[in-house]
Amino acid sequence: MSKQIIIDGTLIEVADGTTILQACEQTGIEIPRFCYHERLSIAGNCRMCLVEVVGIGKPIASCAMGVGDLPPNRDGSPREVSTKSPLVKHAREGVMEFLLINHPLDCPICDQGGECDLQDQAMAFGFGGSRFVENKRAVEEKYIGPLIKTFMNRCIHCTRCVRFMTEIAGVEELGAIGRGEDMEITTYLEHGILTEMSANVNDLCPVGALTHRPWSYMARPWEFEKTESFDVMDAVGSAIRVDARGREVMRILPRNNDDVNEEWISDKTRHVSDGLRTQRLDRPYVREDGKLRPASWAEALAAAAAKLKEAKPERIGAIVGDLAGAEEMFALRELMTRIDVKNIDCRQDGAKLAPSLGRASYLFNTTIAGIEQADALLLIGTNPRLEAAVFNARILKRWRTGGLKVGVIGEQAPLTYPYDYLGAGAKTLGEVAEGPHAFAKVLKDAERSMVIIGAGAYARADGAALLGLSARIALGAMEGKDASWNGFNVLHTAASRVAGLDLGFVPVGKGALNAQDQVAAAVKGKLDVLYLLGADEVDLANKGSDSTFVIYQGTHGDAGAHRADVILPAAAYTEKSATYVNTEGRVQFTKRAVFAPGEAKEDWAIVRALSAHLDHTLPFDTLTTLRSAMYAVAPHLARLDAVAPADRKGIESVAKLKGSTIDEPFVSPVRDFYLTNPIARASAVMAEMSALKKSMNAGSRLSAAE
Amino acid sequence: MNVAQSLRALFLWEFVSAFGLAMRQFFSKKKTIDYPFERGPLSPRFRGEHALRRYPNGEERCIACKLCEAICPAQAITIEAGPRRNDGTRRPTRYDIDMVKCIYCGLCEEACPVDAIVEGPNFEFATETREELYYNKERLLDNGDRWEREIAKNLELDAPYR
Repeated sequence: MSKQIIIDGTLIEVADGTTILQACEQTGIEIPRFCYHERLSIAGNCRMCLVEVVGIGKPIASCAMGVGDLPPNRDGSPREVSTKSPLVKHAREGVMEFLLINHPLDCPICDQGGECDLQDQAMAFGFGGSRFVENKRAVEEKYIGPLIKTFMNRCIHCTRCVRFMTEIAGVEELGAIGRGEDMEITTYLEHGILTEMSANVNDLCPVGALTHRPWSYMARPWEFEKTESFDVMDAVGSAIRVDARGREVMRILPRNNDDVNEEWISDKTRHVSDGLRTQRLDRPYVREDGKLRPASWAEALAAAAAKLKEAKPERIGAIVGDLAGAEEMFALRELMTRIDVKNIDCRQDGAKLAPSLGRASYLFNTTIAGIEQADALLLIGTNPRLEAAVFNARILKRWRTGGLKVGVIGEQAPLTYPYDYLGAGAKTLGEVAEGPHAFAKVLKDAERSMVIIGAGAYARADGAALLGLSARIALGAMEGKDASWNGFNVLHTAASRVAGLDLGFVPVGKGALNAQDQVAAAVKGKLDVLYLLGADEVDLANKGSDSTFVIYQGTHGDAGAHRADVILPAAAYTEKSATYVNTEGRVQFTKRAVFAPGEAKEDWAIVRALSAHLDHTLPFDTLTTLRSAMYAVAPHLARLDAVAPADRKGIESVAKLKGSTIDEPFVSPVRDFYLTNPIARASAVMAEMSALKKSMNAGSRLSAAE
Repeated sequence: MNVAQSLRALFLWEFVSAFGLAMRQFFSKKKTIDYPFERGPLSPRFRGEHALRRYPNGEERCIACKLCEAICPAQAITIEAGPRRNDGTRRPTRYDIDMVKCIYCGLCEEACPVDAIVEGPNFEFATETREELYYNKERLLDNGDRWEREIAKNLELDAPYR
């Protein structure tokens, strides 16, 4: 049912449940607000959104008053709202004056200056003076962790942060104590907030009470060059804005993308920016007499090419890491095909996913926004809170609307929403698949059920069998229901994985070695050259792989670079335009915000340069020609920001996978949320968070022991 | 030509009046000054060489709010900020003014919320090289220390009109 309302003389019709503030927005009238936020519950405590409803004597808080809640006029005509009347102007000025009574005049030293709601709205709606001569309130600063700096004098008690923590992040770590002037936002016990989404409160805070500690005082918002890009810290592909000043990325902020991250990003996505400045590989290196020495590009490429030419193709391997873009994977695959190398793999974690089974077999088919329609959810071997924090917030959002049953097979981790713990490993999964388990019925009875299998299951040695079991559960639950609903989901942990599978960066033909086998072969001395494209998680150190010549192309001096014999410095995701495909199969483009440090080059260009040294010059000189060649192989990569529904046959072919399972509990591959990739490992902020989390865990274990 | 004009022309009136003017100026008080040894008066609002001021207890005033940098129409000011080592307050780690770019408009002074950056009364800072005109924070603070008395006096004199 819709309701009619007249706003400033315009008659509009709004859906049921619309508030006056939303109705005003629909007519294009801006209502000032501090506490109201589209994605949070309504609090109505700042009183800035007052409007006049004709016939009601006092101003009304428009954020909390529904259009439907207004009593109709006697003659049944729609009510009239005025947002520009002298009463409203006066009311806003009054509220503004009250808010500013206790707000310190420290804008010049406040980091929010320039992007502060209070500043802007005081200019627009305030009356430009104060009659308050008494002392201002003083509130003690609180320590709430290395990410959030507090200036509690500035707080205007909008409680957005409290609502965010409770409703979106799902941890009740922030709250308000005291009333009126004595109200304070606090963590109750002074400890750092450790949820994976905590830094979003800094964006939500309309004043400078909560600001970012890592880049505090570093720069002003007007100094930045802003680049819209995408995140690669996890496989969700959150939309981000990269703010750079000069040659440095100063900060990373979320961008709105309703289909993926709404307007939240995880702390890792946001605060990894200092990792982009430290530990960088800014020039090529060549190992000589056991020591890496700086070299020129020509030298390094020649050294790599010589070894690649020397070795037999079956004794060469290539592994792609977690942060690689589609372009460089495509270029490397083309090069490897030309020199007849079949041992290539993009699944350094050992995932048993394969492009040959069909695209649906390795995608998050329901899509992230699709969760909001689900009724039942089975998580298999995954801890979404650590593997994809923003995605976990989506599940919580769905759970909060009621009627979602969640079952977990795997680790019994705190997921911010309650769930039925079904079991630890393959045995329980088998029971659910075969049917005797109670949760199988829950999935079957639900109209839209989802099965999410994580790397804790599919990356195990028995991953194929576990994928088969999960697919059978999903197919069983989808049987005879809405055909447009696809409930089989694979939750990836790496940004590069889906694009890699799309491009077929997997062992070619029978007998070719996958990532694990390549490492094993290297250890046994059966691999002569190993090409690591940003692969830092393959463990080669101290295992006697000395006879293997390792070419490492990457951004940071991490595990891969330590072992490398030739280092080819590359550009990180903020320094190149690259295609990434998120876990749903959504194609996204990063953009260059800054240039790569020193002599580092874009990845595809390095592969192209190496190909010339190998006398197998790749036929693309520009990114555009590379892309058109890539689109010929994988046409769906050209459709940006679109998720093409994958053919269900892929799931059926996965369901046919059978095999014996290992009776061991599923363990999520993300052991430390803050240190999952080379960029994060180079970041001091992430290291601090990781240490804090460890000490907190140790503390809680102690108290549990007592 | 009428009679009056003819008479003036006959008695060289133009010449006589001009001579009279010259003689009057010849015996009146001199307007020029012997510059390096004598100086004219300066308005308290005079906008000369920049200086960064300190509080009486010696603490730097500048809080690195970057308003001067933002308002500078010539983009002559460069500031880098960060928390100060000892107490974590907001301070500039770098404060550079390119005096060659500067157009001496005084907007930085107007923008400053703490009266830290001021244009002092000094205008005699010509240099032989361009590099000497790239002022850094140290140089500006030095200026402030050197000119503090005059600057404070000028600010005080100008205060009633602000």
